[in-house]
Amino acid sequence: MSHDIAAVQASLEAVAEQVLQLAKGQGATAAEAALSEESGLSVNVRLGEVETIEFNKDKGVGITVYFGKRKGSASTADFSATALEEAVRAACSIATFTAEDPCAGLADADRMATDIPDLDLYYPWDVTPEAAIELARECEDVARGFDAQISNSEGAGISSHQGTRIYANSHGFVGGYSTTRHSMSCSVIAEDENGMQRDYWYSVARDRNQLETATEVGRKSAQRTLQRLGGRRVDTCKVPVLFAADVAGSLVSHMITAIRGGSLYRESSFLLGRLDEQIFPEFVHIHEQPHMKKVLGSAPFDSEGVATYARDLVRDGVLQGYVLDSYAARKLSMESTGNSGGVHNVLIEPGELDQQGLLREMGTGLLVTELLGMGVNIVTGDYSRGAAGFWVENGELAYPVEEITIASNLSDMFRQLQAVGSDVDRRGNIKSGSWLIDAMTVAGT
Amino acid sequence: MDSSIDGVQGLLLTPSGLGVSDLEQVLSGIMRHDVDYADLYFQASRFESWTLEDGIVTDGVHSVERGVGARAVSGEKSGFAYSDEIALPALQEAAIAARAIARQGADKRVQAWSRTEGHHLYLPNDPLGSLNDKAKIDLLEMLDREARKLDPRVKQVIASLAGGNDVILLAASDGTYAADVRPLVRLNVSVIVEQDGRREQGSSGGGCRRDYHYFIDQERGLGYAKEAVRQALINLEAQDAPAGTMQVVLGSGWPGVLLHEAIGHGLEGDFNRKGTSAFSGRVGEHVASDLCTVVDDGTLEHRRGSLNIDDEGVPSENTVLIENGVLKGYMQDKLNARLMGVASTGNGRRESYAHLPMPRMTNTYMLPGKHAPEEIIASVRNGLYAVNFGGGQVDITSGKFVFSASEAYMIENGKVTYPVKGATLIGNGPDVLQRVTMVGDDLALDAGVGTCGKDGQSVPVGVGQPTMLVDGLTVGGTNV
Repeated sequence: MSHDIAAVQASLEAVAEQVLQLAKGQGATAAEAALSEESGLSVNVRLGEVETIEFNKDKGVGITVYFGKRKGSASTADFSATALEEAVRAACSIATFTAEDPCAGLADADRMATDIPDLDLYYPWDVTPEAAIELARECEDVARGFDAQISNSEGAGISSHQGTRIYANSHGFVGGYSTTRHSMSCSVIAEDENGMQRDYWYSVARDRNQLETATEVGRKSAQRTLQRLGGRRVDTCKVPVLFAADVAGSLVSHMITAIRGGSLYRESSFLLGRLDEQIFPEFVHIHEQPHMKKVLGSAPFDSEGVATYARDLVRDGVLQGYVLDSYAARKLSMESTGNSGGVHNVLIEPGELDQQGLLREMGTGLLVTELLGMGVNIVTGDYSRGAAGFWVENGELAYPVEEITIASNLSDMFRQLQAVGSDVDRRGNIKSGSWLIDAMTVAGT
Repeated sequence: MDSSIDGVQGLLLTPSGLGVSDLEQVLSGIMRHDVDYADLYFQASRFESWTLEDGIVTDGVHSVERGVGARAVSGEKSGFAYSDEIALPALQEAAIAARAIARQGADKRVQAWSRTEGHHLYLPNDPLGSLNDKAKIDLLEMLDREARKLDPRVKQVIASLAGGNDVILLAASDGTYAADVRPLVRLNVSVIVEQDGRREQGSSGGGCRRDYHYFIDQERGLGYAKEAVRQALINLEAQDAPAGTMQVVLGSGWPGVLLHEAIGHGLEGDFNRKGTSAFSGRVGEHVASDLCTVVDDGTLEHRRGSLNIDDEGVPSENTVLIENGVLKGYMQDKLNARLMGVASTGNGRRESYAHLPMPRMTNTYMLPGKHAPEEIIASVRNGLYAVNFGGGQVDITSGKFVFSASEAYMIENGKVTYPVKGATLIGNGPDVLQRVTMVGDDLALDAGVGTCGKDGQSVPVGVGQPTMLVDGLTVGGTNV
């Protein structure tokens, strides 16, 4: 699956150059082009047999043109001269109708990344469909053979993707890099007299050698599924809640949504105006680390060519900065933080205790291992989501719990954070250990 | 445009010099392997959106997409590849990749094609040109002005107008040869209101398979703006929602998202063929109270979830899922229908040429009962009246589902008393409809904004229901 990435980058750069020239020719005072090309393979094996083999191949260019302070955008997957010209023309036509927007424009020229570090993100995996199928089969076999109560399967999957991204603008910036992403996942079903339960596990990495083994992924998916058998409801109550590491990251992402430029200048955030204020207890530190080598969330520059840099989002519980692209920064009379397109590797500093330790600290309460639905209101911070997990008594798991909701307000939840675990889930762009929160309303029977 | 198969061929195939015989040849090439079924899905789509915030339209986006997907099915296996280039070499390459699912040999024939006559539920007119760009901007600016005029507490207005036109052509080894031209438009308004430092939001919108005039006719667009402001102002007064299990009255229309989550997904053919749904093997059983009849109907004119043909070339149907409480059947695509020994119900859908089809819902709703909505509310001593919802989610294996209320009120002694904050409601799919004790005579469908996600693929859908009473649903508020 590997191919000559230098050649791919060069050909995408040539298309970018063409687009910028076309925009100039149409009279645009500034323009930018974001290009990508991706290819990959995904296989899924279910009950020992191949279920799907999918080959992915995608490319595209997004074009934005500016006529002074007017803006227009277009995109196409067709890189032929005619299609590019049509797309540029469509963007230019839109820019004749949009309003003068004093904040519109490219990111400032002096913020362009000048030195583009190699972040070690490209590890192609020459996996054939046959080899991927074998690996998925091995993974599913482990899960299915783990226990007699594993009765059915949604299958195990392997996917391997590689892509190249180029960004260029009329400041003269051209930058690009290639990345790979490989994953293995397994989802099985267990059954007892009370019914069926399903759970899953996955591993994902830039380098296939950093994936968990098929045995590990299969075993964890089976264990997680079996643990859920016999789930019950609990009485409605107010108790401490421990969010397992793989769901705690969602709480950090709600914070990030609330400090994004768009939420702030639209005045739709419960963290509006909270910069430099205490939003967490003092022990909480949250870092953004865009240049970590070989990691999924890393990027040398953002979607506007602005250099990314390491910084603290929260130090000693105090909010240190917002998450801004250049447009939002101008709306707020601030500076871009290199976050056009989002954050890059956010880590909440881990504490001393692992999940066991946190369970003991909690004593009696709820361990949440799954969240359902979208009941989070970023404007008000109101939080109400479906949940599943375990009832905890004296620091020990008592029984699985399902069909309940947990509710509070994110401001209160942040303030009432008691501890962050050492059990960091490093798979996603947001990395967190378990979160112990003082008290939430649990709705059940 | 010309929505006939010849017209669509002219758009999708002719520019690349492809002819019907090329498609036959490519499909025959796939069928030289041990393949039961193969199809080619050609697509060309155009999409635009315009967004207003802070009183001005700051951005517009225009995008085009074209491509072809090749699929081979052998038993339970699917092989799939696609190309964003519609040309013979790319098509052949995709076909060879897709057929790798099966061994060489067998050499089955491609059936002689017969052209599928689909429904005529919408006109094949590209909605993007139905208003000039200036008029689109004028519409958004008018909504902004009117929303702000309604109440001085309105601080922010975000309005967006989007339209798309999707042209598809499907050729399959089972003799299916079909085409469709699908317009889709949508308008959304969301507002932020502020009073004494408290900020709340409200949003509303609508859409359908027509053109932009839909939003100007009957002042529908203005109606969305008014509705968004109304909801936001109500939220300013909302008190903490209750926590615990109680009687819940669900309003008519969009609250039908309950049906979509609680039973709809669980009745999709793939999960039932695999035995992974909480509804597997339960056809003929009572899964709801006698008052409940639920259908999935892709044949409603101009509806967001409607289709003249599905993405496998099968005309959409009005499928009875539950009749007077009894489970009648599942929603099927071709693959799962064949493996379960039934016929496709026209529910094979895919996000685009770059995605595999699966059984998906179209417009899912409950038929009306005989109670007046007022009677239903009056029957409740202490409960929740939920009239507007955000999204939902379901675990089809355990049957547990959630959906989040965005506008709700307390009912006390048969009267609607005060608004409460949004809260998530949670229940168990196979059991929730058994607790339906009253069904209203006021069936309404949603305004046309639903999008359903499954396995990473999004498709437009509709939902609907009359007012109904669920005798015991868990409400996830904070107030114990």
